[in-house]
Amino acid sequence: MSEPTGGVVELDHVTKTYDGGVTALDDVSLTVADGDLLAVVGASGSGKSTLLHLMGTLDRPTSGTVRVAGERVDTLGDRALSVLRARRIGFVFQQSHLADRQAAVRNVETGLLYAGVPRRRRETLALEALDRVGLAHRAGHLPHQLSGGERQRVGIARALVTSPAVVLADEPTGALDSVTGAAVVDLFRALNATGVTIVVITHDQELAASLPRRVTLRDGRVVADERAVAVGGAKEADR
Amino acid sequence: MRISLLDLLRIAVGGVTARLTRAALSVLGIAIGVATLVAVTGIPASGQQALLAELSRLGTDLLEVSARPAQSDDVATFPAESVAMAGRVGPVTGVSAVANTQASVRRSDVADESSGVGVAVLAARDDLLGTVDAELADGRYLDAAVDGFPTVVLGAQAARWLGITRLPDDGPGPQVLIGDRWFAVVGVLEPARLVPAIDQAALVGWPAAEQYLGFDGRPSVLYVTARENAIEDVRAVLPATVSPELPGLVAVSRPSDALLAKRQTETTFSGLFVGLAGVALLVGGIGVANTMIVSVLERRGEIGLRRSLGATRGHVRAQFLTEAVLLSGAGGFLGVLLGAAGTVVYVLARGWPVVLPPAAAGLGLAGAVVVGVVAGLYPAVRAARLPPTEALASA
Repeated sequence: MSEPTGGVVELDHVTKTYDGGVTALDDVSLTVADGDLLAVVGASGSGKSTLLHLMGTLDRPTSGTVRVAGERVDTLGDRALSVLRARRIGFVFQQSHLADRQAAVRNVETGLLYAGVPRRRRETLALEALDRVGLAHRAGHLPHQLSGGERQRVGIARALVTSPAVVLADEPTGALDSVTGAAVVDLFRALNATGVTIVVITHDQELAASLPRRVTLRDGRVVADERAVAVGGAKEADR
Repeated sequence: MRISLLDLLRIAVGGVTARLTRAALSVLGIAIGVATLVAVTGIPASGQQALLAELSRLGTDLLEVSARPAQSDDVATFPAESVAMAGRVGPVTGVSAVANTQASVRRSDVADESSGVGVAVLAARDDLLGTVDAELADGRYLDAAVDGFPTVVLGAQAARWLGITRLPDDGPGPQVLIGDRWFAVVGVLEPARLVPAIDQAALVGWPAAEQYLGFDGRPSVLYVTARENAIEDVRAVLPATVSPELPGLVAVSRPSDALLAKRQTETTFSGLFVGLAGVALLVGGIGVANTMIVSVLERRGEIGLRRSLGATRGHVRAQFLTEAVLLSGAGGFLGVLLGAAGTVVYVLARGWPVVLPPAAAGLGLAGAVVVGVVAGLYPAVRAARLPPTEALASA
């Protein structure tokens, strides 16, 4: 077991084998640094989703260690993990998972529900988060009054509202047309510029190529970890 | 991390109202059970109240003294002077008597014998009505002016059987054939609440019975009224007073007690009804459990989302349990209202005073909440145990 290296999310020789013997991740070591905008790219079945679940503490590794915000996940119980998810991790899903009958701002407030934020402060924070994703003017709209891209941005605001250490986005553009998807990626880039650490799981090579760092998975292994020269300064090969 | 009760309630209300039809049906199931519970306790309570009011109006100072035959085919009677002897007991305030003449009654001479079957022809003293607190529906009662003539007064039931419930305002009254002689019907009685035997009787004056029906003047049933506070003492001495030779063959009963017992069994719903209400509530509970299980299956995505937003297993469990209790609690509230309304309608239709025991309403509500907790437990635990990854994957 290695010492923490200061990354927001650290995976150290992580293997995940499911009941039935399928190895979804095979000895993966990966560190997400503070301020990273990272694409995890790979074909379906390459272990992307498993990687997201382990990073998001929704599942535990079969072997190896996962650290999120410096905390070793394997030593934590359900309550402590939940606190970690509530405060340090924001999730964005392919389907935005909004409550149909609640206005955008209420949906964003849900992100604060389990983080111990008093009710009177939630609306302020939610409106701020909506402002950051450019939807302040849609705060009172119901999900069905919003476009697909706007709904996804509400989902992103819900992930941002707790100011998490990392935002994990699972195929965030998967349900969107290319123009709207590109706008969402632009939003990630803009948020990253303000210091938000973001991991985007995608099968879209083009999208991945547009982000400063790409980790490529194949058959549960990391086969490439590259940084774009323009953004990262120097291309960094896989360890 | 704890979440406040208010937040929990808001989540649960949101969850319940998102599927309104289904929620309404589960609520209805519980409501029917609770309404039944409230009604089967409220209606008897009202009936009891009505009965007590009726008894206090009728009075409880009446004793019925009857002779038991020494042998089964004997006609049991008291000595002719027993009426006077009972009247001499200190606290006794009134004595009257009837005697079975064994005569038969027919509507007319062309009607066959069976037309009056069930009607007993009783010789009755003129003071009977006042003693047993019975009232005339029509006509007049026997008195000194008519009790020596072939006249008859019909009890309420006997009048219906014979088809003479109303007397003509003028002209000759109807006649019935008693034995082989025509008797003029001069009066019809209201139902006698305390002494139902009189309802099925045709009452003939004491002297008339002796003259026309071969009656020996020996009474078979005495009605004795006495001061309330001495009634048990009077009851104790009556057998030896009216039948000094055979006091053991005298039965003394208190008609008000008999009425009370009879009416209590009529108005107190048996355990069967309460059991039925319990079954209804149980079925309601199963409905809630079913609704919640389906809800958990349908809302895996929501469960996964909440887990990813930091909800603990406990939060998820509490949410679904609260939803179940909300459903059943709403059902309980509605049920209390329905049950109370049903009780009021039923009770008013019977002319009883409305009595709604608060305990029934409280018990109904509490029962509903308990049912909700029990029904919600399994679905809530299932929801909480759902692994977040599985919940998200199936969304």
